[in-house]
Amino acid sequence: MSASLDKGVRVLKEVIDAPIASYFSSCVHCGLCAEACLFYTETGDPKYTPIHKLEPMRRLYEQEYTLIGRLKKVLGLSKPVTDAELGEWQELVYNSCTLCGRCSLVCPVGNDIVYMVRKFREGMAVSGHAPEGIVEATRRTVSTGSPMGVTMHAVKAQMKHVEEETGISIPLDVEGVEYMALLSSMEIINFPEYLSAIARIMKHAGKTWTLCSTGFEATNSGIQIGVSDLAKTIVSRIVEGAERLKAKTVISPECGHAYTALRWEGPNLIGRPFTFKVQHIVEVLDELRTQGLLKTEGFETDRLTFHDPCQLARRGGVIQPQRNLINMVAKNFVEMPDAGKMNWCCGGGGGVTAIERAEALRIEAFKKKKSQLEAVKPDRLVTACAVCRTTLEEGLEHYQMNIPVVGLTEIIAEHLPEQGA
Amino acid sequence: MNELQFLTWVRGTGLNVAVGVFLLGVFWRLIEIYGLGRKKDLSAPRHVAGASGWHTIFRRSIPAQGMLKKSPVGYIGGFAFHIGLAIVVLLFAPHIKLIQSLTGLSWPGLPSQFIDLVAVVTLAAMVVVLADRINKPVKRFLSTFEDWFTWAVTFLPLLTGWLSVRHLLFPYSTMLALHILSVEILLIVLPFTKLFHAFTVFGSRWYNGAVNGHKGVAV
Repeated sequence: MSASLDKGVRVLKEVIDAPIASYFSSCVHCGLCAEACLFYTETGDPKYTPIHKLEPMRRLYEQEYTLIGRLKKVLGLSKPVTDAELGEWQELVYNSCTLCGRCSLVCPVGNDIVYMVRKFREGMAVSGHAPEGIVEATRRTVSTGSPMGVTMHAVKAQMKHVEEETGISIPLDVEGVEYMALLSSMEIINFPEYLSAIARIMKHAGKTWTLCSTGFEATNSGIQIGVSDLAKTIVSRIVEGAERLKAKTVISPECGHAYTALRWEGPNLIGRPFTFKVQHIVEVLDELRTQGLLKTEGFETDRLTFHDPCQLARRGGVIQPQRNLINMVAKNFVEMPDAGKMNWCCGGGGGVTAIERAEALRIEAFKKKKSQLEAVKPDRLVTACAVCRTTLEEGLEHYQMNIPVVGLTEIIAEHLPEQGA
Repeated sequence: MNELQFLTWVRGTGLNVAVGVFLLGVFWRLIEIYGLGRKKDLSAPRHVAGASGWHTIFRRSIPAQGMLKKSPVGYIGGFAFHIGLAIVVLLFAPHIKLIQSLTGLSWPGLPSQFIDLVAVVTLAAMVVVLADRINKPVKRFLSTFEDWFTWAVTFLPLLTGWLSVRHLLFPYSTMLALHILSVEILLIVLPFTKLFHAFTVFGSRWYNGAVNGHKGVAV
């Protein structure tokens, strides 16, 4: 056994807990999880059946934690997990899984399959079987502060740009504010309208807020690749920043997995509860709406639909706020089939967009989103995650569908009442 | 060993061994699985009505949105055979008598003609789900020896029970002995195969419901 495999096996043994043991013991091989996975439904290849993606981990569980499995191991009747096998499984554990969690909602015996894939990735990464693309993104986040190599200089440049455009100054490192806003690299590079929207909305609502120079990046590929100590390093920057600035609430930007990383995994990564609240921007906006602090005027009249980012809706529990917000500014909002909790993934989450070799498969899997869109024929597609947005734009372009994709926050900002009016 | 000796053995030693292995096996497996424990979730929970482990234990018996259409045979066949099995095992008068002799507990049964009908439907449903396992690429792909084996050890008690009530194939006492033997095999096999889902299904659903319920998602 190679040293890295040995380490991987040790990590896997550590992450196997009672839920995983219960899940493996409950699976009856009914195969229904396949029907919930877009990588199976769009390719028809049984190897993409979610529970099959865990086969090496299941065998390890059996061999290490069950009486019969240990007996078989002693008698030499069991097949040990090998480096070659884990290498082969990379495609199943990473390329063809966006951690969307749809499988976990359909399993009749109740297995939380995505919970297991997330843990399996811990062992895969340690044994050196994580895809290069995500490994690189994580390394860049640890060394430069962002997966796309965006530094504070780029953020400052964008702040300046937004200040010129809006005439509103962007606060940096201000202590004792209500909100500390985070950005995702994708927003800094591709979607500067997000920062501008936040500035305008905060001014409109009369709330104090700030960016933090030591913790501005929200994305955390550490959780996608499955390396908890790197994920912890990345999340700690935000925690330290928020605690230094004594911010009451940290706003996770329009990014799905950043929300999961900070809101749900964050306290568990650092080993203690947070001293501040974490909210996705959509939750913040909906709260401002209910407090009467967010008012809009005018309506979009074209046909809009909303793509639920998996990590926000199904995996994050934020389902209604985005709908309340769209309805504030849209007259013609239509839901896609399976919208909300059961929505289909764009195909790019869980680090998949960072894996070059997964591109062809991702485009294939996009056919699911395509069919959903064909069912409602929207003029524009709204979402609240920069990775979804990029993936959607690429998929739409590939299939030559002319549907612009917009971020929810910027649509809301466009409908703020005119200054001084 | 003649027929009578065989029947006496399965009713005596055989049954004792099987019930013993079953009880110890279930106890051991439950400890082996749930003894592993899990870490406390340190993130602040989001409370939403209907999102909890207990809700999921019940809710998961209903197919998720859009799933019935995807696998009607799996769902309907599955429901028919699980419910049928429960009726035949728990509501057939001779079974209740046996349970009463062992535990002192008893309850009213259903007419034997009705049980007969349920048994036939259940047998048919099991054949259908087996055919589905052979036909469907995903199910066939996932299937191992254990899947075929556990199907057989579940099917045989039902079949031999029905044959013995109908006095078919072998003399009654032989068929009855075979029926009891097949039940004993099932009891011995259950804790150590996927049939153990009969117990862990509750724990699995609860964990899934609790983990996701913590985030405010009713699964």
